[in-house]
Amino acid sequence: MDWQQFWHTVTTPRVVASYRLTFGAALIGAIINAGFGLLTAWVLTRYQFPGKRLIDALVDLPFALPTAVAGIALTAIYSTNGWVGSLLAPYGIKVAFTPLGVVVALTFIGLPFVVRTVQPVLEDLEQEVEEAAASLGASRWQTFRKIISPAIFPALLTGFSLAFARAIGEYGSVIFIAGNMPMKSEITPLLIITKLEQFDYAGATAIAVVMLVISFVLLLTINLLQWWANQRNKNGA
Amino acid sequence: MSISIQQVRKNFGNFSALNDVSLDIPSGELVALLGPSGCGKTTLLRIIAGLETPDSGSIHFHGKDTTHEDVRERQVGFVFQHYALFRHMTVFENVAFGLRVRPKQTRPSDAEIRSRVQELLQLVQLDWLADRYPPQLSGGQRQRIALARALAVEPRVLLLDEPFGALDAKVRKELRRWLRRLHDELHVTSVFVTHDQEEALEVADRIVVMNKGNIEQIGTPEDVYQHPANAFVYQFLGNVNHYQVQVSQGKAQIGHQLFSAEKGAQDGLATAFIRPHDIEISKPTRGNVRGKQDAAFKATVSHVLPVGPLVRVELKVSDNDRILEAELSQEKYQALAIKQDDEVLITPKRVRIFAEPS
Repeated sequence: MDWQQFWHTVTTPRVVASYRLTFGAALIGAIINAGFGLLTAWVLTRYQFPGKRLIDALVDLPFALPTAVAGIALTAIYSTNGWVGSLLAPYGIKVAFTPLGVVVALTFIGLPFVVRTVQPVLEDLEQEVEEAAASLGASRWQTFRKIISPAIFPALLTGFSLAFARAIGEYGSVIFIAGNMPMKSEITPLLIITKLEQFDYAGATAIAVVMLVISFVLLLTINLLQWWANQRNKNGA
Repeated sequence: MSISIQQVRKNFGNFSALNDVSLDIPSGELVALLGPSGCGKTTLLRIIAGLETPDSGSIHFHGKDTTHEDVRERQVGFVFQHYALFRHMTVFENVAFGLRVRPKQTRPSDAEIRSRVQELLQLVQLDWLADRYPPQLSGGQRQRIALARALAVEPRVLLLDEPFGALDAKVRKELRRWLRRLHDELHVTSVFVTHDQEEALEVADRIVVMNKGNIEQIGTPEDVYQHPANAFVYQFLGNVNHYQVQVSQGKAQIGHQLFSAEKGAQDGLATAFIRPHDIEISKPTRGNVRGKQDAAFKATVSHVLPVGPLVRVELKVSDNDRILEAELSQEKYQALAIKQDDEVLITPKRVRIFAEPS
């Protein structure tokens, strides 16, 4: 395979569409996880409610569940006759077998990363620091923005990048819910497998190399961002 | 700003932290809430601040009911035992925080904030640390910054929760003198919590002694030390020996000496309290164990601790094997030349026998 063939293989519209889906859906999933993961961690550390331990344990479920099982379960739930899918269908929202389904699967598998990195930091936050801010007249929002968020930002960034990295490489759970329609809901790892099954080892490797390079660049960027955030915080640590 | 606390009660589950506590703090005073841990002093301070709400009762600032006002509205300066500084902000930004979070209409301009913060940092004598971060400071410096931060909002009341509790002994001594001087300069009504009687006696205008959710005594340091209202206060304000005595007709015999109990003391067993420095030790001279030193009784020296300005001597009373602790000056100790296992004569000079059952 020469350079021209390589370039041709990795830039066919079908492959490019798969990059967009893989990285786009992973990014959206990680962003959603950053929000919901933070919220989950917050509720788990700040509030007492019955069944809290159970919920705390359930957070780890995506870690333990075989991805294929997760994929099949999500497909069953979100298909038009599933529990959730049947509720969304009347509004014209289809999740299973669409790119949206890919986002749902990637969100599901990434949630624990954010919760488990942010939770200990939130637990370590001294109540007194917030009380000090309040006694100085800061509103709850000001306290969150100026005091709490700088403290948890590095952890949140770590959780986000872990969830993002995991989502880029995810295969098992996505292929069941995605429907795998070329150009629409086909992820890059699936394309690699397809090529391997057709004994096109060179083509599979070419796409894999592109994945590798993009992933590396993205994670390097995130790591630099983390380093910068830590550096800023180190003055205080 | 005077503070009036009326009938405040607070329970945590089954634990009763404050039982209908009432207290008036006149404007401009520096008051210490003193008591053992778990006596409710911190809870009371937090209720004054608005960080806790009482189950019943009310708090008035200068006559105005503030019981249901949030800590944000009360304009109190609160200093925490562990400083609670904002670690990711410089010292300057820490002190400026209270001014920067004000709503736009009342927020001072940047230049005003700058000069106000500088002024406060000079007041706490740490203006050269403005650009440092809290973790780079020593404990004493952190606590002074925390105080400057609390003062930045021009609080009507300054509340300090064990402000020197986390510091080592030497820094603690320096800082409490410094706090006293600062208070003399600013005259802001201040309440501080401590479990250290020495600290309270040295710093406060008035001391509120608390125990198990109740106020035992309120008075000037001299008052509570010289005229303790009850056995608890007496014991809490300094070392004390407990000595079981038999009271009959308001008198109790210790050795060969009769001491009168407080008015209202019941006949029967009671505890006499003797301060270690109120025990006089003398050497028995030959033949006069029961002679002119009639009041004295025999004891054996069981232990001597000759370090520090005072020598502590542990004595075993010969008649009943009870242990008493005595303190004497180095001079006296040299003159007596006592050592372990010596037989000595001891005379309690002052004894308190409280009326309450102990």
